[in-house]
Amino acid sequence: MLGAEPGRSAVANDAPRAASARRQPGIRFEGVTVAYGHTVALEDLSLDIEPGEVMALLGPSGSGKTTALRAVAGFVTPVRGRIFLGDTDVTEMPPHRRGIGMVVQQYALFPHMRVEQNVAFGLRAGGAPRGEIATRVRECLQLVGMAAYASRYPQELSGGQQQRVAIARALAIRPKVLLLDEPLSALDAQLRSGMLNEIARLHRELPDVTILYVTHDQIEALTLADRIAVMNESRLVDVGSAQTLYLQPPSRFTATFVGNANLLAVTVEQFDDTRQQARVRLGSRTLQVAAHTTAHPGETRMLCIRPHALSLEPHAAGGNTIEGTLTEVQWRGSAHRLYLEVEGVEMCVDSKPLRAPPPRGQRVSVHFAPHDATLLAAANGASAAGEHAEPLADKL
Amino acid sequence: MPLAVLFGIFFYPLFFIAKQSLTGDAGPATLAHYTALLSSSFFHAALLRTIQIAVLSTIGCLVLGFVLALIVSFVPFPGARLVSGFIDTILAFPSFLIALSFTFLYGSAGAFNFILMDLLHTREPPIDFVYTKWGVILAEITFYTPFVMRPLLAAFSHLDTALIEVASSLGARPLRIIREIIFPEAVPALLAGGSLCLLLTLNEFGIVLFIGAKGVITLPMVIYGKAIQEFDYTAGCVAAVVNIVLSVGLYSLYRYLLSRTGGGRASVL
Repeated sequence: MLGAEPGRSAVANDAPRAASARRQPGIRFEGVTVAYGHTVALEDLSLDIEPGEVMALLGPSGSGKTTALRAVAGFVTPVRGRIFLGDTDVTEMPPHRRGIGMVVQQYALFPHMRVEQNVAFGLRAGGAPRGEIATRVRECLQLVGMAAYASRYPQELSGGQQQRVAIARALAIRPKVLLLDEPLSALDAQLRSGMLNEIARLHRELPDVTILYVTHDQIEALTLADRIAVMNESRLVDVGSAQTLYLQPPSRFTATFVGNANLLAVTVEQFDDTRQQARVRLGSRTLQVAAHTTAHPGETRMLCIRPHALSLEPHAAGGNTIEGTLTEVQWRGSAHRLYLEVEGVEMCVDSKPLRAPPPRGQRVSVHFAPHDATLLAAANGASAAGEHAEPLADKL
Repeated sequence: MPLAVLFGIFFYPLFFIAKQSLTGDAGPATLAHYTALLSSSFFHAALLRTIQIAVLSTIGCLVLGFVLALIVSFVPFPGARLVSGFIDTILAFPSFLIALSFTFLYGSAGAFNFILMDLLHTREPPIDFVYTKWGVILAEITFYTPFVMRPLLAAFSHLDTALIEVASSLGARPLRIIREIIFPEAVPALLAGGSLCLLLTLNEFGIVLFIGAKGVITLPMVIYGKAIQEFDYTAGCVAAVVNIVLSVGLYSLYRYLLSRTGGGRASVL
């Protein structure tokens, strides 16, 4: 990937000065509902994004995440609720007055303008002096490593280069908020990984810019976001730090959408509020698991175990063991993925590479530590009571 | 065989017109017929008037067509699709129908004058432009604007709305977006539509004839007058050759501009 260029640090050094001159606002959604005709695309979204925070809106297609971003940009007007940038209510404000930088999936570079003209566009629209425009364009192109391409036209650039120019163009106006709408989805896997690192680096260099990052890719969300808002069917499902949502998923949907998850229906036998642990029963086995919400003996709950938390090797004292029948073995280069049938449910295990994987049909024991298995909250567990966890989607 | 058919039904008559313009009814080939017509002030006036009407009509079509295409494409309103379909219908009309409707609407006994005379309590019709060159120009703008709109609508339908949204988020107001984002994308379509308009208005006969504007003599009217009314077939052929040269020249320019601007996608007519 293209790295930083000489002179780039000038922009980075400018950032704290800019921040001290004017505090960057965050974003606040207050009960925002957006509808297209009779179709509700976003329902009652309330969410606070702190200044300088990277918030990922993560969800499947049609979950309302792009609509939320477009509402912040001003391209759709909520039928209910208010949107604030800092303390300013921007709900009715036209897009050109919001001072927001935006990067979209297909880059949307102006095809008849050279790279430098693209980056200068927002500055010219804002009436910046000519000298300042030239300086700022140079700084921003250096920031994204595209200074050598200033006189090229967009069609002369690769996808990754176009995306860098799009980011430079958005940053040129010193936006209070940066909106990224699936910015990497048009890139191939290798470029995507590199650009992900670049965006993370940019945010480290411009820590005062609030970023709203829309994606359906959990890896992008986990890598970049300070917090993740998980959305589904036009609603906010859960919000929390990437680690919390991954390690202690509050809901069944989040457990399966943020990372891969094994979900097993278990019966609570005992709950220890002090240690936030529970003893549960799975078939004939008793397991010790983490429980971050109150559980009542006799309840049926869903137990979430990440595939990589399961091991074929026994844990130290206090570990849990599940036994199942091996149904599939897949070699993935750096790891083996095993599929087991446990109590009528298919479970997935990500193991380190095995020299001699067990044959299909063999009974296999897998082990996990109590803190690696989390009991999902009651509302979700109750709804799933009595059902088997469905076979897992191979997301990773 | 197809070439022979094409030659027989198309090129032979053209060849015959060119031959007639040089030889007259009988006699050796000479440029005397050209000299006679081209040096007449009557012909100069007709040529100038033809170009003037064609250029002004084309400019009017470009301006009106661009504005209307912008509204239809980017300003959501109920019935936008209907309007788009109606444009196609106008393209199928004969041009003289517009001239006819103009006389019904704006003529001295037309609907507008009738209403205005009633409102203003006057016996003289207040609107009196139909039977002038401005009436011809307005009628041609009305009829030929869809020829500009159609390629523009096609071009706008291919315009990525994300360009407009990003420009807006960068602080650009609507006029700047139209000027700097939409207009450059529309240039090939404007060139294609405008060139076609110029070509067609240069040769327009039905509107001029139906409006019957006093003193508005254009090249097609000269051809008609000489060949049909005055039975001066040779002079009519000379005027026709000049008209053909003008048209072919403009058509070549149209193709050249189209190839230079990559307007192939706009040439949907």
